[in-house]
Amino acid sequence: MSATLKDLEKIINSGLTTSIIKSEIKFDQLYIEIEPKNIISTILFLKTNEKCRFRQLIDITAVDYPSREKRFKIIYLLLSHEFNYRTVININIDEKEIISSITKIFSSANWMEREIFDMYGVSFKDHPDLRRILTDYGFEGHPLRKDFPLTGHTEVRYNEDSKQVISEPVKLEQEYRDFDFESPWEGTKYVNNDELKNNKNFKKND
Amino acid sequence: MTKKTKTMNLNFGPQHPAAHGVLRLILELDGEVVEKIDPHIGLLHRGTEKLIEHKTYTQAVPYFDRLDYVAPMNQEHAFALAVEKLLNIEVPIRGQYIRVLFCEIGRILSHILNITTQALDVGALTPSLWGFEERETLMTFYERVSGSRLHANYFRPGGVHRDLPRGLSEDILLFCDTFPKILDDLESLLTDNRIFKQRNVNIGVVSKQEALDYSFSGVMLRGSGVPWDLRKSQPYECYRDFSFKIPIGKNGDCYDRYLCRMEEMRESIKIIKDCIKKMPLGPIKSVDGKITPPKKADLKNSMEALIHHFKLFSEGYRVNEGEIYTAVEAPKGEFGVYLIADGSNKPYKCKIRAPGFSHLQAMDYLLKGHMLADVPAVLGSLDIVFGEVDR
Repeated sequence: MSATLKDLEKIINSGLTTSIIKSEIKFDQLYIEIEPKNIISTILFLKTNEKCRFRQLIDITAVDYPSREKRFKIIYLLLSHEFNYRTVININIDEKEIISSITKIFSSANWMEREIFDMYGVSFKDHPDLRRILTDYGFEGHPLRKDFPLTGHTEVRYNEDSKQVISEPVKLEQEYRDFDFESPWEGTKYVNNDELKNNKNFKKND
Repeated sequence: MTKKTKTMNLNFGPQHPAAHGVLRLILELDGEVVEKIDPHIGLLHRGTEKLIEHKTYTQAVPYFDRLDYVAPMNQEHAFALAVEKLLNIEVPIRGQYIRVLFCEIGRILSHILNITTQALDVGALTPSLWGFEERETLMTFYERVSGSRLHANYFRPGGVHRDLPRGLSEDILLFCDTFPKILDDLESLLTDNRIFKQRNVNIGVVSKQEALDYSFSGVMLRGSGVPWDLRKSQPYECYRDFSFKIPIGKNGDCYDRYLCRMEEMRESIKIIKDCIKKMPLGPIKSVDGKITPPKKADLKNSMEALIHHFKLFSEGYRVNEGEIYTAVEAPKGEFGVYLIADGSNKPYKCKIRAPGFSHLQAMDYLLKGHMLADVPAVLGSLDIVFGEVDR
């Protein structure tokens, strides 16, 4: 598979010479990093080029790296049925940057981009309907950012007096504890000898 | 004189028996004809991805049972494969066979639920009564192997949790003998049933192109005539060792999708039988003590085993830095995990790609111009489970 992936890498690199920052093959997958401004042209190229035919958008997702200058990494996963390839497109953007929506190329990008908007607060230009999708009506904040606490900021409960569900700041009976179990323990080279022996015997039986 | 039409807005759900969970649809109707659908999801959002970022790799596995709770082990599988690839370890062959066995059981579990509830949505009650009895049998297999009917936590990175208990494979084979008869009975109730056909044939038609464009996968894609199944096209585990057919639809309507699911169950039965027949002996999980815990018996005798057991269940193991996307053919379509490891004992990011999310998105496209009564019929054939859509 990686031999054909190398061919694919060549095709893409020659087709999109200027817009590619980096491309590499790892774990039998092709990772391509591009400039945010080239996203539309790149995706369109991959979808329409005769030798690529990435006709299905599998998913779009984002990652938050608070310490980096370009805080968010947006990841596009594409699949080509004809050639049985998968590819991963990366772009890095900073917090205020707005990227172009690819809903015109793939209809399914609509909800995926809405989810990123909801979870990370990244905005998309020319998106037909950029609303929150997974969080509650009237929710504030972007839950998957690393600076958003696991417990959230508000909790809801039924108020017997006002006969309705109210939301109030989270009150924890006990401080949230995030245990850090990491130790210098390197793991082990320990392998169960009996089992290894058995393993060999089993192989003989096959 | 021009006729003035006024559209009406209708709220469907979030608590509605035909919504298959907590789904709210805002429908715009012209008389009884649907003009626009706006699905509101997220009512079952539990923040699974956020929670996984705060748990070790071992602790993350049970969250996958709670996504598509109709076929739990298929979800765990995608995560286990991702971690194994990053760790660069291999699952012993018996472990792989057990995984395939239970993946196929999961597929049957999911398809029975879907077909019978789809029938229920269009007015047939009996199939669900017959089908659920079989599901119960299958869930006892889950229970015997993992201790739990639903939330199995059985496929762990490195292999599976335990070996099959004595007598289980014989009982599964027994089930394989009786189950095709039940499928025949179900088919006799539905396949040629006039009402069932009137409610499903030519309803919710998806063209090949649109199916690709809307990121459909699994039966939704195959129902429209695209021959694509990850078990065949990008084989994982030991799926290469089995011969099975991939049923493909022609018209891309609800009825074809029903037929595909029926056929897939028969194919799954074949795989299960074949799998038990061919299953080799040997270890069921990686023998690498760094990743998989030692046997309970070893804890009594070996100090080292005791230490490793303790460390693996408190600190967990560390996963090498890297990013990876792995996907499996879950009953509902391509279920994928995009995992980013930063070298610590917890995932930095774990994005879950649920097939139902993209399927539900196409509701508006699928139902424009259909009647209100077709809404539950199409929703039923999309095979939606809100655990995975809302995550």
